Amino acid sequence: MALPRIGIGRALAYVAALAVSAFVLAPIYLITIAAFSSFDAVYEYPKNLIPKEATTETMRVFLDSEGVTDSLRRSAYVAAITIVVCLAIGTPAGYALARFSFRAANPFQLALVSTRAFPLIIIAIPLAVTYLRVGIDDTVYGVAMAHIAFTLPLTVLVTASVFAGISYELEEAAMTLGCNRLSAFRRIALPLAFPGVAASAIFIFVTSWNEVFAAAILTFRNRTLPAQLLAALDTSPLTYRLAGGFFLLAPALVVIFFIRKYLLTTWGRVAR
Amino acid sequence: MTTIAQETAPLKRRKRRWEGLPYWLILPTVVYLGVFFVWPMIQGFGLALRDENGWGLTAFQTMVDDAAFGEAMSFTFLLILVIVPIQFVLAFGMALLLNARLRGGGIFLYIFLLPLAISDLAAGIAWSAIFTERGYLNTILEGVGAVDVPFIFLDPTSKTQLVMVVAVAEIWRSTTFMMVILFAGLQAIPRDYVEAAEVFGAGFFQRVRHVIFPMLKPSIQVALLLRLIFAFEVFAVVIALTGSGATVLAAEAYKWQATNENEHVAAAYSVVILGLSLAAAALVLVLLRTPRERRLR
Repeated sequence: MALPRIGIGRALAYVAALAVSAFVLAPIYLITIAAFSSFDAVYEYPKNLIPKEATTETMRVFLDSEGVTDSLRRSAYVAAITIVVCLAIGTPAGYALARFSFRAANPFQLALVSTRAFPLIIIAIPLAVTYLRVGIDDTVYGVAMAHIAFTLPLTVLVTASVFAGISYELEEAAMTLGCNRLSAFRRIALPLAFPGVAASAIFIFVTSWNEVFAAAILTFRNRTLPAQLLAALDTSPLTYRLAGGFFLLAPALVVIFFIRKYLLTTWGRVAR
Repeated sequence: MTTIAQETAPLKRRKRRWEGLPYWLILPTVVYLGVFFVWPMIQGFGLALRDENGWGLTAFQTMVDDAAFGEAMSFTFLLILVIVPIQFVLAFGMALLLNARLRGGGIFLYIFLLPLAISDLAAGIAWSAIFTERGYLNTILEGVGAVDVPFIFLDPTSKTQLVMVVAVAEIWRSTTFMMVILFAGLQAIPRDYVEAAEVFGAGFFQRVRHVIFPMLKPSIQVALLLRLIFAFEVFAVVIALTGSGATVLAAEAYKWQATNENEHVAAAYSVVILGLSLAAAALVLVLLRTPRERRLR
């Protein structure tokens, strides 16, 4: 919908875009300056909207607090397991959906889409009970398994859409030139799909890194960062919460930069 | 003839050999989701429908008898009623802005997408730094002389204020999600249609009303549907902003599981959340039904 090059409409569009940008950036900016200011600056009132100095005091004390580095490590660990398992079992299924017409394809796809109607809450509570019985309660593996269950359907749908965007003829050509199906996949489809698959890996990372409810229910002592922060909300000082909030939010700034194109093309389409 | 038959035989065999392949490829996913998604869900219903003494509706009875149930229910519904309409208008506007090909659109795209990767807990913490009594908003309001003494936004005695504050944080965080779906839908609308309307003299709002809106209906449906489903799961942002001042359904489920250690009542809450999500989804599907022959794709 092309707006005219110049004119009131276009000027208004810029004003609106700038206003929305300011609304989005303000909380991110404020939590960032709070996380990198001194204790005194965090508690002072009225506050300085432009920081006088940047210090690592608040950040250092947060990282030195008991359990924080461990929770960061666990969060990274859970996300890593989730990414590896999700891609290992989700990518082949996505490839199958994109390349083969088989009778179960439509019901399978429909089932994957409909999983989104079911909140994570309803699977997290029974999993907590089962984990306790099996003896994997309060472990990173337990949390990772819940995160995989939650991210796997979208991974399959997204990778299917990635493979569907790569011409099958290239693989067929490779096969006439002596590749078998596996080596054609490995040498042709996989390298071409790599950026799209990497983008879904990044998205899986964010989903797992941010997930609070299941992580808080499935762990007790071995908490991930969001679970740790949630548990400490009403007992911890403001400086701790702000630094923790910043740590939770920071990956978003990097992640969105790398996957912004894919979010609009692939995810927008898959979500429908 | 024989040569052709000989030549096609291995081909046929090869084809048959690959017939099972897609099933092998989806098998791990099917098994995993069966064990870690479908089975826990069935277990969830099982947990909700019994307690230590056996089968029955006692878990639901305990849930309903608890004073927090009504509070959680009304706060969740109020939030959704405030958030979703505002969010829809905002998301639609943001999608139109991205679609308008502004100069510097790449930067706007990056900024608009940021909240998509931010958790509700982080959003709650960031906004609490703004709304708290000695926070940034009061600094600004006092600076411009709008208030004399810091205004208490997070007043636990005022449910209306708490709803508004949480709504701001949730709108900030989750509007992008709707925007992404609407923007993808916008891009699928052929430019000719919009340009044709323009040629015939349709102004901006007429184009939106008579061309874009009807053609975007399937995307609007999905965006509303998914957003409503997730809206019933609202959790950490409420706890981070209101402390114990307000409660929502998911927070109660968490409390019964983690603090009261009663998984039956917690499961009952999760069944209620699921039921409401599905009901909301059904409502959207019925209200925004598109006749098949009018669908674009």
